[in-house]
Amino acid sequence: MIGRDILGIEDLSRLDIELILETAERMQEIGTREVKKVPTLRGRTLINLFFEPSTRTQTSFEIAGKRLAADVVNFSVSGSSVSKRETLLDTAKTLDAMDPDVVVVRHKVAGVPHRLAEVLKAPVINAGDGAHEHPSQALLDMLTVMEQKGRIEGLTVTIIGDIAHSRVARSNIYGFSKLGAEVRVAGPPTMLPPDIEALGVKAYTNLREAIEGADVVMALRIQMERLEGACFPSVREYAATFGLDRAKLRAAKDDAIVMHPGPVNRGVELAHELADHRPSVILDQVRNGVALRMALLYLVAGRPKLDASAGADEMAGGGER
Amino acid sequence: MARLLIRNGRMIDPSQGLDARLDCLVEEGRVVAVDADLAAEGAEILDAEGAWVAPGFIDVHSHLREPGQEYKEDLASGGRAAVAGGFTQLACMANTDPVNDDPSVTKYILDRAEQDSPARIRPIAAATRGLEGRVMTEMVALKAAGAVAFSDDGATIMDSSVMRRVLEYSTLVAAPVIVHAEDCHLRGPGVINEGPVSTRLGLPGNPVAAEEVMIARDIRLAKLTGAHLHIAHVSSAGSIDLIRRAREEGVRVTSEVTPHHLSLTDEATMTFDTSTRVAPPLRSAADVQALRAALAEGVIDVMATDHAPHASYEKEVEFTEAPPGMLGLETALAVTLDLVRDETLSPIEFVRRWSTNPARLFELEGGSLSVGSPADIVLINPDCVWTYDAAQGFSKSRNSPWTGQQMTGRAVATIVNGRVVYHKDRGVLIQ
Repeated sequence: MIGRDILGIEDLSRLDIELILETAERMQEIGTREVKKVPTLRGRTLINLFFEPSTRTQTSFEIAGKRLAADVVNFSVSGSSVSKRETLLDTAKTLDAMDPDVVVVRHKVAGVPHRLAEVLKAPVINAGDGAHEHPSQALLDMLTVMEQKGRIEGLTVTIIGDIAHSRVARSNIYGFSKLGAEVRVAGPPTMLPPDIEALGVKAYTNLREAIEGADVVMALRIQMERLEGACFPSVREYAATFGLDRAKLRAAKDDAIVMHPGPVNRGVELAHELADHRPSVILDQVRNGVALRMALLYLVAGRPKLDASAGADEMAGGGER
Repeated sequence: MARLLIRNGRMIDPSQGLDARLDCLVEEGRVVAVDADLAAEGAEILDAEGAWVAPGFIDVHSHLREPGQEYKEDLASGGRAAVAGGFTQLACMANTDPVNDDPSVTKYILDRAEQDSPARIRPIAAATRGLEGRVMTEMVALKAAGAVAFSDDGATIMDSSVMRRVLEYSTLVAAPVIVHAEDCHLRGPGVINEGPVSTRLGLPGNPVAAEEVMIARDIRLAKLTGAHLHIAHVSSAGSIDLIRRAREEGVRVTSEVTPHHLSLTDEATMTFDTSTRVAPPLRSAADVQALRAALAEGVIDVMATDHAPHASYEKEVEFTEAPPGMLGLETALAVTLDLVRDETLSPIEFVRRWSTNPARLFELEGGSLSVGSPADIVLINPDCVWTYDAAQGFSKSRNSPWTGQQMTGRAVATIVNGRVVYHKDRGVLIQ
């Protein structure tokens, strides 16, 4: 995958996903060392280009880059290209002239990483574009489910919340489906986009039916900033109808796990008591996020001559001590 | 150049029901004879062997950006793009800067066009001052200054009482009111068609209902007032049903469809290419099929380009930030000739929808090659294969999804007022 852009899960094959997950599993060990650093990307420059603030994702990519010894530069831009009077093309050319080795892009509008990738020589990793895709989040979710369940094939995964406006939902729909899981989405009709079932999922407006027999239940963060034009009438009604708590979770399998991309609105999409303890695996998701992003950086920006397994072997023995 | 003889062509003139091998003699800007094997001593000869000879195309919907946004287009560049595309006459929209809501602006456009544009220019004036949807424009004075229709175009008049007054008052001047039918609240932030593609891409969707509810409203208001309502760029199958029923009811409603809505679907946005961002958005394949059928059936009267130039730097931004619109004048003919190739339209019906019908609807001169008509003529080679490159075109802008693509069919020569103003091999010819 050297040099390849990671723009969305929709573009990845099952084999690509499996390679990324296997590589990430090998990366996990590095995070447990006393000195959490290997020289794999030494001398390479990673630019975190964030047009939309995201402390969590940006920090996760930054730590991932640093654990691989890359030089990490955070480049935060606020406002649209129109408000800055700088086109995306100009931004891309400017960055390209600085010769980065990999560029991580987050933007509130779908498609921006794709347009930048057309210009940038370095591989681009999409860290979230509008309501389109968030591939590293879906991959870390899959890694977490693999860790918890030992498989993805044959599982039932239910995603609850504002599916229409969620890049996490879309990437997870593609990812879990490609690995053989049954994916369901649930929410009020205002949060289910038209033709969502064309993506290969089953859509529910009844939470209990959506959760029935599920192995994985994923709650999405609800945007509560503004209720005018919102997809639900009140936080209280949403929490009562679609918020996940222990009682509602009983419809799922006994060993079902609960996931959330964070940060959690406690008492809204997830009951307080569910957020902190099993069956919740939210902190595992965060931990796995670093390993998964290390894997992505390694696979797209690592040394071209080495294949993934050789690279990981080298890392396992070659860390700085 | 007093006399011009166009020989050996296939004359296609819907106004006379002609589709035959006939010659055409032009003198002093008028058609003076149409017959087989005409001879004319001393006349300039234009050999139209292998070409269609048709009344010049008339585009009732273009944005020429002058005055005020000459960095996108002006009357000279827009007029050149027009004649290169086979158009001899253009109606230009009122959303200039200043807005064409005052007779002085209308006159300015006409004066500039007289000097700069090889194509005839017919200004469309605003329906409300400043396109603000509140106070009606002086339609009597604007019509007297040369306005041929009234429209706020993309600034849809949301206040139904204002719209009612505009339609009612327009009957005083007997000019059509053109509407860009779109409920801006229902559209919301939508930038592409709401459907499976918007769901996949995560771009905000704009439902067909946003267009249909406004068409339904405006049809009822046209019925109430007896006005001539012209619906710009119809894009959905549901809109066609509304228009068909209104016409059966006897409401004076006419409509247009663009080359892009007849040929592209929302799948074209999958690359996030901002040149595919248009308003109304590109719709589904089923909508495209319905539009093609409605054009053939006659429910939709005319084709119009909605030529909307924007500077490259305005389009090289986030998809949601890019201004809507694409170029149309230089590609319209080739793109829509596909309707003839797949036998949706016969050549004569094709010419009718690009020339004779627009002239009739907007009461413009032209649209005919009958003796005495203005000598506005286009010679078309329907089989000419060429590659469109927006950067090499006559428009100042480049926002076209067809750039770099192979096209079939183009204007060989365009004649305005008896003068050859464009020839494929010689370019735009202006004195």
